Amino acid sequence: MELNQLTAHELLVRLKSGSVASEAVQEALYARIEKVDSKINAYVRRADFRKNDAVNKKQGLLFSLPVTVKDNICTEGLNTECCSKILAGFCPPYEATVISKLKKAGAEIFPLKANMDEFAFGSSTENSCFGPTHNPWNLGCVPGGSSGGSAAAVAADEAIWALGSDTGGSIRQPASFCGVVGLKPTYGRVSRFGLIAFASSLDQIGPITKDVEDAAILTQAISGYDPNDSTSVDQDVPDYLKSLTKDIKGLRVGIPKEYFVEGMDSEVKSVIEQAVNKLKTLGASVKEVSLPHTEYAVPVYYIIATAEASSNLARFDGVQYGYRAKSDNLIEMYKRTRAEGFGDEAKRRIILGTFALSHGYYDAYYLRALKVRTLIKQDFDRVFAEFDCIAAPTSPTPAFKLGERASEPLKMYLSDIYTISVNLAGIPAISIPCGFTKDKLPVGLQIMAGSFNEEMLFRVAHTFEQNTEWHKIKSSL
Amino acid sequence: MIYQTVIGLEVHLQLSTKTKAFCGCIIDFGRAPNTCVCPICLGFPGTLPVYNKEALNSAIKVALAFNCQIQEHTKFDRKNYFYPDLPKNYQISQYDLPLSRNGYLYIYRDNKPKRIGITRIHLEEDAGKLIHEDGQSLVDFNRAGIPLIEIVSEPDLFSPQEAFDYLTNLKSIIEYLDVSDCDMEKGSLRCDANISLRKAGSLELGVKTELKNMNSFKGVKDALSFEVGRQAELLDRGGDMVQETRLWDAEKGVTVSMRTKEGAKDYRYFPDPDLTRFHINQDMIERLRLKLPELPQEKLQRFMKEYSLSEYDAKILVSSKEDARFSEECIRIYPGKDKKLMVNWLIGPLLSEANSRKVKISELNITNDELISLIGFVERGEISGLSAKGVLSQMIDSGKSARELIIESNLLQVSDTEELSKIIESVILENTKSVDDFRSGKTNALMFLVGQVMKKSSGKANPKIVGQLLSRRLTDA
Repeated sequence: MELNQLTAHELLVRLKSGSVASEAVQEALYARIEKVDSKINAYVRRADFRKNDAVNKKQGLLFSLPVTVKDNICTEGLNTECCSKILAGFCPPYEATVISKLKKAGAEIFPLKANMDEFAFGSSTENSCFGPTHNPWNLGCVPGGSSGGSAAAVAADEAIWALGSDTGGSIRQPASFCGVVGLKPTYGRVSRFGLIAFASSLDQIGPITKDVEDAAILTQAISGYDPNDSTSVDQDVPDYLKSLTKDIKGLRVGIPKEYFVEGMDSEVKSVIEQAVNKLKTLGASVKEVSLPHTEYAVPVYYIIATAEASSNLARFDGVQYGYRAKSDNLIEMYKRTRAEGFGDEAKRRIILGTFALSHGYYDAYYLRALKVRTLIKQDFDRVFAEFDCIAAPTSPTPAFKLGERASEPLKMYLSDIYTISVNLAGIPAISIPCGFTKDKLPVGLQIMAGSFNEEMLFRVAHTFEQNTEWHKIKSSL
Repeated sequence: MIYQTVIGLEVHLQLSTKTKAFCGCIIDFGRAPNTCVCPICLGFPGTLPVYNKEALNSAIKVALAFNCQIQEHTKFDRKNYFYPDLPKNYQISQYDLPLSRNGYLYIYRDNKPKRIGITRIHLEEDAGKLIHEDGQSLVDFNRAGIPLIEIVSEPDLFSPQEAFDYLTNLKSIIEYLDVSDCDMEKGSLRCDANISLRKAGSLELGVKTELKNMNSFKGVKDALSFEVGRQAELLDRGGDMVQETRLWDAEKGVTVSMRTKEGAKDYRYFPDPDLTRFHINQDMIERLRLKLPELPQEKLQRFMKEYSLSEYDAKILVSSKEDARFSEECIRIYPGKDKKLMVNWLIGPLLSEANSRKVKISELNITNDELISLIGFVERGEISGLSAKGVLSQMIDSGKSARELIIESNLLQVSDTEELSKIIESVILENTKSVDDFRSGKTNALMFLVGQVMKKSSGKANPKIVGQLLSRRLTDA
């Protein structure tokens, strides 16, 4: 096996013992990227790219192990452009709190950034100004999105592990499409400082990894209160490695009936049913539950998320940084910069959000959406009063064909139908590989738990993983 | 037609906190453009605001001083609009849950109090500043993010003079709290006015005009006075008032239409998801209430009672916090029994020195001790009241002590009867007519003779003693 194919925890053992040098890990990654990334396009290639200086710090917990970072997380001295023309050339003079935490833990920030949908707007990584990312399992398919670059890089062994961001499923859905592990932590668990905001009340940074243990290690490294983020929560971070037990006997697992409805791919349905049966055989008690407001999640999400986005993206105006269209008057400069700098999906969401917040519509849309959001949250509270976790599909379908939904935004928005509620409720959820369709496309099992109960996710996911082989199967790329 | 004028004022006040409202930048007005800035107040992507507790405390103090109810639950909202001095293209402000509501302050006309309602006081951030020169526009972001409070009055002001009095009292209270420079010329206090006219006796409000661009309290009064005339004339002609914003042109002394209601902006307010809702508990309010200094109205009452001052005198002394402190210290250490004598010095010679120098009493270059030393010379009859005023002026200019100046200018009064008798004899010899007049019963002649003695002594003779000596000399013989 090549070094780049190993998991982070496998590499850490070798780095610690000195049998492997961290330069060798990086070189293996570069060689792999050289070989396959022209087909996958998981990484953004920029003119200013240069490899990190040789490092072998042997310090901290993470021993100079490189972490791949999504292009919307600020890396000091490394361009951070959200894969948008409007941020062309933007190199932040500061770094995200998660980056500082990783460096402090001894990790190396991989100098190539991961491709994504522009500003995280999308479920297929087709909305990138650097071109789409392809799914390592089938190059004609999308890797999911918006963290499609991160997920594809991990799945294709072009990354040891990666950071993504999840606003409505942007970590879990691509993890599911690419057959890797993806976790969205509880809102407030991980600092958002330095994450270029899409929808501030929903965004969370999280790990995309080859297995659950790696997800626990990476989550551990980036979690915790940050005084620079008022929405981060001052609550101790437990030792997540301790929750990697292989025992779920007696755990009460709820299966939301609203998630198994028409429109769901029949193959995905049967794969998920088998996975649920596996949980049963491992000793969990499985029962159907109801999340009655599920059907409102997509509309509520697309009001709240676009409203926040319309305001968050107002700062991209050509005045201070990024792309500026030439013009001799201010209003024209604003208009042309934004017309030329934003892609179609960004424009669509800015228009939607601006409308939702407009005078006379605010009560009917935004305010009502906030109220329904509370109802959705209460649905989960009721279930978690009686259940330890919820198991569900991550996505109603496996990876779809490139271009298939690009011209149908509504169909594209429905790919997030199973992931969005979790963001609205602020709870944590993980997607783990749980099988394949006949066409050899991965299917992800989503596990959700109550706020700040990431330990439950690791426990259930790890137990499932240790009793199955799905995560070990690699694409034939 | 007789109209009643109805005015409401919106005052913006920069708080003089050490750092900005949502980042750690130092506030320093002396610095070169764009040197008191950081990625947060520049609105760089990925950065997040964290509110400044000191600013919140100052805002609560102001709200308490204006008798407002502090709201238990409050939040920050985003006010969205594009302008190059606004780095994020939204301003963090407060919309539907302001920090405080329902306050008031009193203004006084002919010693009668009138209560002016305060609708709300809330906290927000300032924008940067545009500098237009050589055909280009430059932006200075030093001011961006400085905490502002907005104080909105009820439409309770019925004349430009009342508006002026309201501002004067408001400023005096803020000065006492020591939370802002309150300098309208420097822009640390800004005032917009809403004004409408209605038929005398009518309860319905007329169509209002919003006035902007006033740079002094007098400017506010002048602009309002102009508007009263303009609107009255328009209404008399049967013209249609339109709701509009007008700019005051101080040079021409007129208001000019800027935009009408149709052009009003939709700010698309919504709760800022980067700043969590917060709770102001009663303990915190009480702690701040205890820290409130004695406010002008309380001090006025106390001065009147404690030092038996007239309302007129007391008002002059408490009009500025520093003057009140200086005056009270003078009154306290003044050794004489009749404190009124000390007060007369403060509101007489000292105030006129201050007025002619356009400074406050407390800013004159004179200490309490030196002032009292000077008064001592007068009370002991060693110098005349007239020369004391001259000495006071010189003390302020030169910084020398009263004693030094009195000796230097040879001003000590002659009270030595032997020396004075000599002068009196020569005056009697030179003014036989007046002597005869006096003896024949024209008592006025005595004053003339005293004057002659004073003249001969170059003003140094003690007039009281001269009078006594002269009358004794003339009646005895």
